[in-house]
Amino acid sequence: MTAEATKETREKEPVEREAFLNVFLRNLWSSNSVTITVLSIVLAVIIGAVLIVVSDSTVLEKFTYFTARPADALDASWTLISSAYSDLLKGALGDPEAFNAWFSGTGTWQDAFAPLSETLTYAAPLVFTGLSVSLAFRGGLFNIGAQGQAVLGCIAAGVAGFTFGLPIVLNLLVALIAGALGGALWGFLPGLLKARTGAHEVITTIMLNYTAGLFLAWLVIQKGIQQPGRTDAISKVVADSAQLPSFGGVLRVNLGIVLAVLVTAGVAWLLNRSAFGFELRAVGANPHAAKTAGISVAKTYTLLMAVAGGLAGLGGATQVLGTAYALTPSVAGNIGFDGLLVALLGRNRPWGTLLAALLFGVLRAGGNRMQSFTGISLELVNVLQALIVIFIAAPALVKAIFQLRAARTTAKG
Amino acid sequence: MSTTTVEEPTEVAAAPEPFWTRQRRFGVALVLLGGLAAVLFGSLAPSKDARFTLTQDADGAAISINGQLGAVLFGVLAVVAGGLLVAGLLKRWSNTLLVIGIVTFVLSFLCWQVAGQFMSLEDTLSGTMDLALPLVLGALAGVLGERSGVVNVAIEGQFLMGAFAGALIGTMAGSVWAGLISAAIGGVIIAAILAVLSIRYLVDQTVVGIVLNLFALGITGFLYERLMQPDAVKYNAPPQMPTVKIPGLADIPVVGPVFFDATPLLWIALILVVVIHFGLNRTRWGLRTRAVGEHPTAADTVGIRVRGLRYLNVLLGGVVAGLGGAYFTLVATGSFTKNMTAGAGFIALAALIFGRYTPIGAFGAALFFGFAQKLAFYLSAINSPVPNQFLSMLPYLATIIAVAGLVGRVRAPAADGIPYVKS
Repeated sequence: MTAEATKETREKEPVEREAFLNVFLRNLWSSNSVTITVLSIVLAVIIGAVLIVVSDSTVLEKFTYFTARPADALDASWTLISSAYSDLLKGALGDPEAFNAWFSGTGTWQDAFAPLSETLTYAAPLVFTGLSVSLAFRGGLFNIGAQGQAVLGCIAAGVAGFTFGLPIVLNLLVALIAGALGGALWGFLPGLLKARTGAHEVITTIMLNYTAGLFLAWLVIQKGIQQPGRTDAISKVVADSAQLPSFGGVLRVNLGIVLAVLVTAGVAWLLNRSAFGFELRAVGANPHAAKTAGISVAKTYTLLMAVAGGLAGLGGATQVLGTAYALTPSVAGNIGFDGLLVALLGRNRPWGTLLAALLFGVLRAGGNRMQSFTGISLELVNVLQALIVIFIAAPALVKAIFQLRAARTTAKG
Repeated sequence: MSTTTVEEPTEVAAAPEPFWTRQRRFGVALVLLGGLAAVLFGSLAPSKDARFTLTQDADGAAISINGQLGAVLFGVLAVVAGGLLVAGLLKRWSNTLLVIGIVTFVLSFLCWQVAGQFMSLEDTLSGTMDLALPLVLGALAGVLGERSGVVNVAIEGQFLMGAFAGALIGTMAGSVWAGLISAAIGGVIIAAILAVLSIRYLVDQTVVGIVLNLFALGITGFLYERLMQPDAVKYNAPPQMPTVKIPGLADIPVVGPVFFDATPLLWIALILVVVIHFGLNRTRWGLRTRAVGEHPTAADTVGIRVRGLRYLNVLLGGVVAGLGGAYFTLVATGSFTKNMTAGAGFIALAALIFGRYTPIGAFGAALFFGFAQKLAFYLSAINSPVPNQFLSMLPYLATIIAVAGLVGRVRAPAADGIPYVKS
């Protein structure tokens, strides 16, 4: 969108002779996707700040005499908000004090990079589940089932990880492939049902999410799966050779994030350069036209859901092999549903999804520090994530709030 | 949600009726299930009495049958019902036969499980009603939205918001009725966001719904940890809804204590089922709602305000779902906890679809799912070898089977999920 806009201004340049800066500023304040994204984040952060203040009783008390001494209330609010958000940034990107300590020799480099490592650790599974949802979206399918597919990925990768006992490298490879296959199976089912019977994938995948969760809850307490000597719901631990290698210590970041970048590149290639990518985009744009053009819509739907499921399954596998190491009923956390938000935020483009997952990683890692330092519940992060995506999904709303001009390209068409 | 077929439907109006009609396919399924029940359940069941007591405890009047005999007998009955369906006899009674087949299959299963134990019918019924109550209200909220063309997958979010608002305001006002009203308002808040974003800003309705669920989960969790957890007495100790006993009627065995010694919320739910059923099928509002859900352009042409009606119905749905949320904090438990609805909103969605988008159907489906849940609890209480997780899966699997059209396809309103843009 932006590229087109600048191209258009370049064409008009000889006629209008506008200064570049003017054009740039005007485009900046028009409703292109970058501006909308940034403003959505700003809006969410503002609402989050309001929530922080409203839910704090000591600050709220100062508002009771707001008319007499407004400075008190405003000061207290500002201190609370700024300490919350600065903790969030420090916890996600790095604490300047930790860097100072490292440079002056009183701290270690590991401590300085620990926040960044946390961000990448949280982001890795979300990249996979986000890609799963994005890819399905491009083919015109709404894959709400990323959660269930990730759960199946967890199960398959975990079980493979503590069962086979293969040599190093091979064991990890087998566990990852098992995870992908587990997810692919859980994606294939709704794909097949959609293709064969027209059953709406939204409904079938929602139902399969819960089925997968219940299956996991049952599986972890079975003999041979449950950790010997434990009565609670936890499985055996994945073999060392099947774990994704990491730096160890406070640096939990593991090979998963590297894998995530590689898979993003793979998905980008699949989507934009391969024959299947072309077919799925054609089906996504207009299934009837695609059918007329000789593309088998049913086959595309089935294959697409299997691939999307495989991606989400890999997300689950990264979770088990990279951080959790053992299956529990909640091992997959919320990565499937978060992946949905990530895909929407990344506008269903592979690299956009990667960036969105990194942003979510920042929020998640920073939220932990915010919770322990400022005492603000981690749940705020969930609110921020949902709000950002609500605004992203309704660009007209953001436009109305900020009185944005229509983008030049859209104004023309 | 419209279930658009990918390939052209091939089964359209072939002149001679195909041999494998819906009844016959049901029949075959019943024969197989009944046979399985008679052989498997019959052989597994111990030859002891299965007692179904009318009261809460093991004593008192009871219906009692030998477990093994019962399992075989009811299994055979299911086979007979299925056989009649396949043979095409008693065509006028095919639906009744189907119900008999399913009920006898369940009874055969129960005889196996209960043999040597007892099962309280009153407790089972009241547990079923308790578990079904929020599902009924949630599914009715779905009916209101979907019949006018707005997909509502945010039932879970409305439940949570209703439960939270009910607990918070109920505690602060010290009144259960204030709690009930604010629960409805809580549901309406989520419904209003859903309505504005999907009707005015034309955002994909499923996307909005799913995101709103996550939003509700986050904001109730956040406020719970910030307000309720530090000071539960002040913010999270709502008064409980009293049960009202109707003298006379409450003494009827089994049914009496469940329906006539109950909280008003149960009556509200039952009344709403009837009112919405009647309203949709017999009133001007209902006709217009259905018109807007099936063919908004035609409705608009005859002067119905499509968007206005959709706003109204989604907001009404918010009220109903909010009341369903109130069940969790004002009836079932005495306080709010994070994510306390735990997917009930999605079972309500399943009940809505399984009930074919009708109030009565949704009510029946909610009862069925409530019974499955209650049975799951019962089985884990008597240490049954059948894992309760698999029984809990039943609503979800039943819905997948229903939407896949394996046993009669569910058809959604034609314009469900499609925003209306006046051209």
